[in-house]
Amino acid sequence: MPDVTGPATVEAGRFRSVALLGGIYSNYLALGEALRLARARRVDAVFALGDFGAFGPHPDRTVDALRAAGIPAIQGNYEESLAGGAEDCHCGYTDPRDNRYAQISYDYTRRNTAAEHRRWMGTLPGHVRLTVGDRRVLLCHGSPRRINEFLWSSTTPAAFVARLLREHDTDVVACTHTGLHWSRLAGGRGVVNAGALGRPANDGRTNVWFTVLSAQDGGGLSAEFVPVAYDHERLAREMEAEGLPPEFVETIRTGWWTTCLEVLPARERGEGRF
Amino acid sequence: MSATASLACPEAPLEALDTLWLQVAGTLCNLACTHCFISCSPANHAHEMMDLATVRGYLAEAAEQGVREYYFTGGEPFLNREIFEMTEAALAQGPLTILTNGLLLRPEGAARLRALAAASPYSLDLRISLDGYDAAGNDAVRGSGTFARVMAALRALAAEGINPVLTVTEACDGAASAPGRSRFLDLLRAQGLPRPRLKVMPLLRLGAERARTRGYAPWESLAGRALTPSDLSALQCTSSRMATSRGVYVCPILLDEPGARLGARLGDAGRPFTLSYPACHTCHEQGLSCRT
Repeated sequence: MPDVTGPATVEAGRFRSVALLGGIYSNYLALGEALRLARARRVDAVFALGDFGAFGPHPDRTVDALRAAGIPAIQGNYEESLAGGAEDCHCGYTDPRDNRYAQISYDYTRRNTAAEHRRWMGTLPGHVRLTVGDRRVLLCHGSPRRINEFLWSSTTPAAFVARLLREHDTDVVACTHTGLHWSRLAGGRGVVNAGALGRPANDGRTNVWFTVLSAQDGGGLSAEFVPVAYDHERLAREMEAEGLPPEFVETIRTGWWTTCLEVLPARERGEGRF
Repeated sequence: MSATASLACPEAPLEALDTLWLQVAGTLCNLACTHCFISCSPANHAHEMMDLATVRGYLAEAAEQGVREYYFTGGEPFLNREIFEMTEAALAQGPLTILTNGLLLRPEGAARLRALAAASPYSLDLRISLDGYDAAGNDAVRGSGTFARVMAALRALAAEGINPVLTVTEACDGAASAPGRSRFLDLLRAQGLPRPRLKVMPLLRLGAERARTRGYAPWESLAGRALTPSDLSALQCTSSRMATSRGVYVCPILLDEPGARLGARLGDAGRPFTLSYPACHTCHEQGLSCRT
């Protein structure tokens, strides 16, 4: 892959509260609603954690909206792949069923992403460091060490988290990539996975989620997951009109994941319908 | 000595100890599968059963090093009388996968596993081995009557809401093909597992498998090869180690190789490993990972 990576890390400054947007997956309708909710909460800043495309329709609409709003963003594996001209998304799946749907999604997104947007993606940093209250936060896509590492709740133990925080010199790692939001914070230190803004959380509900990190008055930091209701039926119809797989559309309409399931750990797999 | 033997083999650094394998049952197994790469059997004492204290010692060392996940294997882990205590100890500190032939998994054992899984914030996963679509194909490799017993184990797990990963090797013709996969997935659904999970693994031409088909040929070597950083990261020896009753080995495969034993403790086993074994060729060329 050509060298298209922006700066490895950018320092973003100090904040009292920030909103984090996990994978948007071309769900520009949910993005609009999330930005409205974040503004209503008067957060100091909004950050997008990568994977703007995939899954949903009209990927340029999401990137147009992010760039128009001036949302600071980092690369996900999608941006890294699109900017570098890769043939696949490097999502990190190993099962052939997962990879088949991932390829459909990537090919569609690649075909429909403007060259200028791909160039912009190549300028994005891999990580952002910021301070929320008195805690140092490292924003990354998968994990601080690998853009496509999956940090699931049930497979990210405390000892491993302690190692990540130590090796990457931070109090909090904030990530996405799995599509499922969760956090494990002890004394304001730990991991916050912002989940996905683009796809429901495999819980039978059609809403999606973003995350707000807030400084606590006595020190430390909290993570709140904010549900986002949006016009999912409109998104589903647009996906159908674009010829995206009916399995993807079903997920938008039902809230249950139908594809890319084999990567789920036993615990998370057992909580979904399929 | 072959012509390639004089060429240097690539070195695999331990980039991070993410995965700890524990060979809790040693090479002792209630089966003697004809493709077993370490020739496990009821009589193979090359590596003995591990006891709970030894397992706890490795788990404590692993926590200090920030290990992310644990695997129990053998032999057959459920032959170990302390397997449930070991499972509880591992699940107290991280996700655990147990590789088993399933023959000893009866309803009460499945219920106990479910309770242990429910008590942990981390995933408990089971991998159940099978080598054919039916009794004729499977039992020729794994032993008479094993197909029916594995099906019973799958139903016992399903009844407890445990969804194991069926693990199949390419000893089964067509297992990796789309139709082959479909057959196994249907088989799992028929045992009451509506969300079937499957892993297909290449064969390792070691141990019993050498007699069943063939051993490695001289060309199956990484001598003289230069591996890229991403090639190396894909190898499990750059992110895992295997503890047995005899010490810490580089991976779960090379247990019959004295040169693959790296030390007595995890702390001794962090040095780079020279990829000089033919099985290293399988891992690289076929993308083999023992992980789920």
